[in-house]
Amino acid sequence: MNLADKDYKIRVGLAEMLKGGVIMDVVNAEQAKIAEQAGAVAVMALERVPADIRAEGGVARMADPQIIEAIQKTVTIPVMAKCRIGHFAEAEILQALEVDFIDESEVLTPADYKYHIDKWRFRVPFVCGCRNLGEALRRISEGAAMIRTKGEAGTGDISEAVKHLREINAAMKQLTVMSPEEINGVAKELAAPLSLVQLVAKTGKLPVPNFAAGGVATPADAALVMKLGAEAVFVGSGIFKSSNPEKRATAIVTATAQFNDPKIVAECSRGLGEAMKGMSAAGIPREDLLQIR
Amino acid sequence: MFSRLNVGVLALQGDFERHLFRLSALKVSPREVRQKDDLSGLDGLIIPGGESTTLNLLIDRFDIRGKLAEFSAHKAVWGTCAGLIMLARQVNDPQIQTLGIIDISVVRNAYGRQVHSFYSIIEANLNGKMVPLEVSFIRAPIVKNYGNNIKVLAQYRGSPTLLSHQNCLVSSFHTELHDDLTLTKYFLENFVSVFK
Repeated sequence: MNLADKDYKIRVGLAEMLKGGVIMDVVNAEQAKIAEQAGAVAVMALERVPADIRAEGGVARMADPQIIEAIQKTVTIPVMAKCRIGHFAEAEILQALEVDFIDESEVLTPADYKYHIDKWRFRVPFVCGCRNLGEALRRISEGAAMIRTKGEAGTGDISEAVKHLREINAAMKQLTVMSPEEINGVAKELAAPLSLVQLVAKTGKLPVPNFAAGGVATPADAALVMKLGAEAVFVGSGIFKSSNPEKRATAIVTATAQFNDPKIVAECSRGLGEAMKGMSAAGIPREDLLQIR
Repeated sequence: MFSRLNVGVLALQGDFERHLFRLSALKVSPREVRQKDDLSGLDGLIIPGGESTTLNLLIDRFDIRGKLAEFSAHKAVWGTCAGLIMLARQVNDPQIQTLGIIDISVVRNAYGRQVHSFYSIIEANLNGKMVPLEVSFIRAPIVKNYGNNIKVLAQYRGSPTLLSHQNCLVSSFHTELHDDLTLTKYFLENFVSVFK
């Protein structure tokens, strides 16, 4: 692990460029165009949005290269794609397709329940999900250039994203006031490299951008996670499972950029039609949760 | 030395935070510019990297374009990457309406997708001295043509990468991602202090 590696800085650099923006899940070129025109900073190409993966079940895999290429031809913004956790062959395919970012994602069915991909050997940057500081730092030590704090994908329920953002923030804040002995102890508890834990203790933040994902369905949801310290927002099912995707996508971009101005968020929240119906994350049996993968 | 300068960073979207961080390191108390009124009283502005399509949409959506163009015509302004595109006379993408502040024409994402992004050390002519700069080109644009009155301060493989004209400085690369404060300092000394 070498955070000062020049190529790694280039990968983290792209994540920096996406700050303050919205990254939208899309399943075809038409949706990608809608996302771009609404002001998305990037699109995430996948075969089914999380809500459909949840509803239909079965094994969820990397998208068909043909879909990814069609999306790449249609938009000029960065195109991301998901691979299964641990599935480095899918990641190699995505790199060969020159996607701009790879999401090693728990939304797809994991390929390896023991190991994540060694992301240091890829030129394409990776984003990984986390629920707590330990997960975030382990993913960074594996080479992730961006972290997204996980909500419960495909639910339209923001509560899990809020819970995990608050937990990570609290853990980082606590580290900043700890003695060196306590920091050693935390590194052990988190099962994370001491050097990374020491870095967080010094700066009070992650060494890579931290975005929010999972359960964002309204402009107010986007504003909420931004206020809680997320640096950009991923929206999965929330846009294309709503009654008016164009309008909702535009509104979520507006709310993310102006999260500190409730008047603007109020204005863009007007008359958006129906949000995705969604389901309460609290009602999902533990074994069906995507976030614990 | 720079503490009396009021410098803003357009913070609608992009890597504004890195620029804010570099300015703070030079004792400037920078301001995030999210709405047009935030431009009032500023001595200089940085338009950061990010997605130019998004930036272009947002400056219209939040009604900033008029004031931004007016500011950029007279006051010190530095555009990096997407910021360079926004300040250019012309870009090869009909989705983007540039501000037309500096006479350059630009090709977006000219090096290709992210796998072709790269790190380099380039020599820049800053006040008559050749100075090495640590830079990143991230899905970077290339300046294809520029007017006779434009100064080319640095090049990479035959293409100009750092250019200036009067109150306007543009770079197709990023220095703010590295610990190098040289170019930020150069902007404050030779642009912000001069065009106050």
